[in-house]
Amino acid sequence: MTPNFAVLALLDGIAYASLLFLVAVGLTLVFGVLGILNIAHGSLYAIGAYVAATLGQWLVANGYNPWLTFPALFAGATVVGIALGGMLERFLLQRIYKKDEVLQLLVTFAVFMILENLQRMIWGVQPYFMSTPLNLLGNISFLGINYTAYQVLFLPAAAIVVLFALRHFLRHTAIGAQILAVTEDREAATSIGINATRVYFMTFVIGACFAALGGALATPTTSLVTGMGANMIVLSFAVAATAGLGQIEGAAVSALMIGVARAFAVYLSPELEVIMPYLIMVLVLLVKPNGLFGKDTARKI
Amino acid sequence: MSRKSLDAFPDHAVSATAAAEAPWPVRRRHREKYAMNKELLAFIIVAVLLAVVPFTFGTSTTFIAMSLAKGLAVLGILILLRAGQVSFGHAMYFAIGAYAAAFLSSAFRGIDMLLLIGAAILASGVAGAIVGIFVTRYRGIFFGMVNLAFSMVFYSILEKAFHITGGSDGMRIRRPTLLGMELKRAEFDIAIYYVILLFALLSVWLVWRYLRSPMGEALRAVKSNETRLEYVGLSAKSVLLGGYIASAVLCGIGGVFMGMVQGLATPEHAFWTRSSELVFIAALGGPAHVAGAFGGTVVFEAVRTYAAALLDDSWQLILGVTLIVIILWAPGGMVELFRRLTGLDRAKTLTPEAGR
Repeated sequence: MTPNFAVLALLDGIAYASLLFLVAVGLTLVFGVLGILNIAHGSLYAIGAYVAATLGQWLVANGYNPWLTFPALFAGATVVGIALGGMLERFLLQRIYKKDEVLQLLVTFAVFMILENLQRMIWGVQPYFMSTPLNLLGNISFLGINYTAYQVLFLPAAAIVVLFALRHFLRHTAIGAQILAVTEDREAATSIGINATRVYFMTFVIGACFAALGGALATPTTSLVTGMGANMIVLSFAVAATAGLGQIEGAAVSALMIGVARAFAVYLSPELEVIMPYLIMVLVLLVKPNGLFGKDTARKI
Repeated sequence: MSRKSLDAFPDHAVSATAAAEAPWPVRRRHREKYAMNKELLAFIIVAVLLAVVPFTFGTSTTFIAMSLAKGLAVLGILILLRAGQVSFGHAMYFAIGAYAAAFLSSAFRGIDMLLLIGAAILASGVAGAIVGIFVTRYRGIFFGMVNLAFSMVFYSILEKAFHITGGSDGMRIRRPTLLGMELKRAEFDIAIYYVILLFALLSVWLVWRYLRSPMGEALRAVKSNETRLEYVGLSAKSVLLGGYIASAVLCGIGGVFMGMVQGLATPEHAFWTRSSELVFIAALGGPAHVAGAFGGTVVFEAVRTYAAALLDDSWQLILGVTLIVIILWAPGGMVELFRRLTGLDRAKTLTPEAGR
């Protein structure tokens, strides 16, 4: 492997890790606060991607300024996150918070099946592609290697902005403090006047928006196919579990680990590419059952 | 009281109800025996009905054979559900069963069916033991998802190791002989139907016995309170490992049968959505009774087959909505619905032992 390839793999890995992080951070946030592992998170990712692509294609086809596809990515993701995520939480998840976690898992799996089916009905099985934002930003040269600016600058920037915005939101705003309080102890938080129902709703919508944003931002770099949601939920769980469920900064670290490891596998031994994330997850969990940054939970008697 | 409880599946209130029963042990034993006889009768009737299928509904023989094969795997999931655990990776053992048959039948032409089944049991049992040692450290969501990770590794290997496994096209499973007899296509379909039926009935009986044995009771304790289980002197991990291996073997048997009926083993068998399907069916059928596994599979496969004909490509939609409705309003699945309809529900609350 020449140094050039190493740089290429590294950049590739970082771009991929940025997308992984966006999706995984939503998953881990929802799990941390609501205690639900949302399998339908993968569908939100896929639908976010499809909506953004449809919106972008429509803008381009109708002769609008192609730069409008950038806000379209964010608009598509926000609409999907708020509308779909909001409906899911309000009409379904609110009914199952007190049920066994196994049942919660099954309910979100049922939602995943439904959304997967709807997605096939609406967008069909033909691959979708919308690379306008990628082409607009053009290429940049880095150590003699040409790389798309979208992947090497825009995606990591988006991931970093999300990471720091989320940190700031949770630690330095009133609503963030409420979310942390509810996570710590829902009953105690309710007793001092925090509307826990609203906090759950907002957290889920924010998590859903991140999933959809991950999908929307992935749109210019890959073609959208059926089954992308099924693959992404597994991957983002691997990221979240490697970090320790509920760990936001940890998710960034493990996304980077998994993303870069996968990219190197692509260049070194392509057969290992798909296995890499799970391999890392299994190895980490073997040594640290609660993930790299997870805390031990006390046993109940 | 317990019926309205928020716990997962309504099979947990035993100790409380049993305590209430205590003053009338004789009546209770009588009821229990009565209910057991009824169950035995139902079991025999179903067995006889299934045995005459090839003569009466010849066209659905293959459909029922495949449902039974899948039902065997669901039965495995049921064992884990008894311990309150769901695995989103058991399709791996299903695929291991199918691939074991594929490898053997391509290496030895005209190998006997029973040898293929034996190989599948061995392979899935060994794999279950190895993976089980690792995954039984986890509970709940982690148990489910770590299983999923293992199955995805296996799936990727099947798909990528093209020169060994045939890649995404999978491998053919040649028609095996049965006890040395060469069978033609039509004869084979009938023969394998009866072999599957035999294994299904045998497994139902064995799993039923297992769940009522001390080990099966200990499995329930993994769900309700592990620490107390360990106070009794049993290791929760090894109890769960026992159940895990049993469930892996059942999935392996289901897989080898499905493979032989279809004549094909594909990586698709190991994909995580297949694993979830098995869990889904177990929840649909109802985890409280072994009958739920097979009842659920038949309904699932029927919806999948016939909904596709009625409404173009909507079976996932229909099944997804069904699952949500079941979990929200009838968490005991079809088994609970059946009991409610037939009034057996009341009998169950009186003699809690009978319903299991």
